[in-house]
Amino acid sequence: MSDIVIAGIGQIPVGEHYTIGLREMGVRALVQALHDSGDLKPDALYIGNLLSSMISHQSNLGALFTDYARLGGIESYTAEAAGASGAAALRLGVLAIRSGQANTVAVLGVEKWSDLVRSEAEAAIMQEMDYDYESIPGLTSTGQAGLIMQRYLNDYDLPPDALNGFAMLAHANGAHNPCSIFKNQVSPESYARSGMLCDPLNMYDGATYADGAAALVLTRRDLLPKNFPHPVIRVSGSAASSDSLSWHDRHEPMAFNAAARAVSSAAEHAGILPGQVSLFELDDPFSIYAALTLEACGLADRGKAWQMARDGEFAIHGRLPILTMGGCLARGNPIGAKGIYQVAEAVTQLRGAAGANQVTNARSALTLSLGGPASTAIAHVLERE
Amino acid sequence: MTDKPHGSLLLRTDRPTGIVGYGAYIPRYRLPGSEISQLWTGSPKGSPIKEKAVAGLDEDVITMSIEAARNAILRAGIDPQDLRAVWVGSESHPYAVKPSGTVVAEAIGASNNIQSGDWEFACKAGTEAMVAAIGLVGSGMGRYALAIGMDTAQGKPGDALEYTASSGGAAFVIGPANESAVEIKASYSYVSDTPDFWRRPEQKYPEHGQRFTGDPAYFKHVESAGRVMMEELGMKAQDFTYAVFHQPNPKFPLKAGKELGFSEEQILPGLLVPVIGNTYAGASMIGLTAILDIAKPGDRILQVSYGSGAGSDAFYFEVTERIAERRELAPSIAEYLARRTEINYATYARYRGKIDMG
Amino acid sequence: MENPRYWRLKKQRYGLVGEVCPHCESKIFPPRDVCPECGSEARTEFTFSGKGKVYSYTVMRDAPAGYEQNAPYTVAIVALDEGPMVTAQLTDLGEEKVQIGMPVEMVTRKLREDVEKKGILVYGYKFRPVMRASN
Repeated sequence: MSDIVIAGIGQIPVGEHYTIGLREMGVRALVQALHDSGDLKPDALYIGNLLSSMISHQSNLGALFTDYARLGGIESYTAEAAGASGAAALRLGVLAIRSGQANTVAVLGVEKWSDLVRSEAEAAIMQEMDYDYESIPGLTSTGQAGLIMQRYLNDYDLPPDALNGFAMLAHANGAHNPCSIFKNQVSPESYARSGMLCDPLNMYDGATYADGAAALVLTRRDLLPKNFPHPVIRVSGSAASSDSLSWHDRHEPMAFNAAARAVSSAAEHAGILPGQVSLFELDDPFSIYAALTLEACGLADRGKAWQMARDGEFAIHGRLPILTMGGCLARGNPIGAKGIYQVAEAVTQLRGAAGANQVTNARSALTLSLGGPASTAIAHVLERE
Repeated sequence: MTDKPHGSLLLRTDRPTGIVGYGAYIPRYRLPGSEISQLWTGSPKGSPIKEKAVAGLDEDVITMSIEAARNAILRAGIDPQDLRAVWVGSESHPYAVKPSGTVVAEAIGASNNIQSGDWEFACKAGTEAMVAAIGLVGSGMGRYALAIGMDTAQGKPGDALEYTASSGGAAFVIGPANESAVEIKASYSYVSDTPDFWRRPEQKYPEHGQRFTGDPAYFKHVESAGRVMMEELGMKAQDFTYAVFHQPNPKFPLKAGKELGFSEEQILPGLLVPVIGNTYAGASMIGLTAILDIAKPGDRILQVSYGSGAGSDAFYFEVTERIAERRELAPSIAEYLARRTEINYATYARYRGKIDMG
Repeated sequence: MENPRYWRLKKQRYGLVGEVCPHCESKIFPPRDVCPECGSEARTEFTFSGKGKVYSYTVMRDAPAGYEQNAPYTVAIVALDEGPMVTAQLTDLGEEKVQIGMPVEMVTRKLREDVEKKGILVYGYKFRPVMRASN
């Protein structure tokens, strides 16, 4: 088993942080995580971010955050993998410790979204797609999801509200997450009444983009402070895979091959089967991506994940809990930061600190973060000692 | 400009030329005249035409020219690389400075070895391009030339012209007569300085001289061009199977035709203005394509365009036996007319940029 | 103003010019010089017929900056008759209901203005319901 442990976590609420900018958001999450780790001193800081160069007109985030968090000259830079940027930064940290280059690493996922009006921000996030051949024709990331949801409903001959189980379970869980943007419940009726974003994808099928910052502190097991106050959570698996940017370059768009590859190799690395974990923090910028992920990973039969979601199999006390703190659909989608939120949430579960959302006897967790429509997929397996 | 040059006034080329392929384009949307009259007069009656064709949000003279040109090339059956000119005549070129023709040429796969200036002469810009194409091919400078007349005509809201100002046009591949669906026997042009309709560069909508656009302008030039043409040819109206005139409204071409001795039966097959409106630079050219959709080998056709400012180009065509097979190779006017979605004034105002977005 | 990036892709955009792999004959769009099927070098130009079928579609209601004036509009993945799929807007739908499997054909339309009122006009492929089944 790996000896890399997650010693500290920090998260600010996901939302519209008009009074603070990119740097304050990031610093707050970092300070929280470092404090939570027992004030470990990192040798490196890796940052997951997608949009700062466009929305905040700010690059070179490594220099910015090491300075503002008073991390004194350590190695630091950004990992970019669209919506999987946070998970990519985490994987950099894992690789740095595993290689012996670093002992303790801080990882920050940060995204400032709310500084632009919506149409301009939508245009900014289009860069995660194939700009010349998807964005120029006028598609957005939400449109991408609408395209594949249409095909999914068509191929399995499903009613338009087939996927409502994902929004309902996400909101049920998100209501108890202090960092989530939405605290409301979703009913089949409210889902059916909801306005369309990109038909047939409605407002409950697409997560709200929002500001967010979350941080982790990784270290070697033997470097944990004496009197470390938390249960020890190891990173026992880490893997990444890629696929084409666009649906149109895939033979089987619904296969979500990169998601399947990343999950199976992270699980293999950890020596477990994906279905054996206590919970699965998968990536749900759109409900259809949750369904396709579960099916690609062999956790649901093709065309059946929606039914299992409706039947409660993925609820907190179901067979395989997912989105236990609300996922993107209820917590909000802080894009390049979401991969760190997912891991912080999984750590909270494994520490037994998830309150009303606690998964009973949570021993292991799988996380999967997606960049674009599983164009990049990065998975981690966490286990409690 | 009254002296008659020596010899015939007809324009004839050393090498016989013809229309090798023709193509039309009519956008899908139709605005009924009643929508306009209801808004500005409070009555559904009063429009001179049933409805007009309206370009969609993503259409302009360049995109419509591309489709008409593709249709013309399909019918011509030529390699677009063999074109030596791609000319677009219009009064609504999308750019004030930058040619429409180069975009059209790239899109249809023409080579870089072409002439490609844009033509402007109000509603006569397209037929001016035809005359130039005839000259280029007839002189032996090139084997094929593409001449397009296309417009997204703008009528000022509430103006009389708003009922008819429409979108559409046609394209012709001019080439050697012995490859043609239609032989071009002769042409003739008649122009004078007549300020009946104009638009200054900074203005969005054109101005016009109301009734002055009639006798001294449209009728004077159309009838002069038609009359001189027939006199020089030694032909009478009865010698032609069809005649097509510039058609700003249904009345003008019928009246001019009557003055020249043509019957309604000769004119109506090419009279599209009641169902598509006035496509300006495209108007007589698209009317000609409607005739070619039904013409038989041996049919003789007179075309007379009119452009304000002012002038007319007249053409004498004779249909060859190649017409039947060529016409099947691209959509007909009837097919474009059948592809129809009626819109209201609000949609029209949006599509044609009449809503001030601030 | 981003003229070079639009100018560079004009062939692909105006006329669906892609590539054909000289080794395995796969038709390739967008052009990518390395055949996605067999991995060989593929630089031979190939102009697609523009005929295809709708693989899937969606309606864009919240358009991104630069596209607001056209909203709502329909974007589809079109499976071209020659094999590859392409993402493009559907246009001239009128009252027609879009369906998966619907035959469509390429037209060249105005995609956007690079800079509103001042910049160049960007033209490119869209698809519409086929006008004549025989062609």
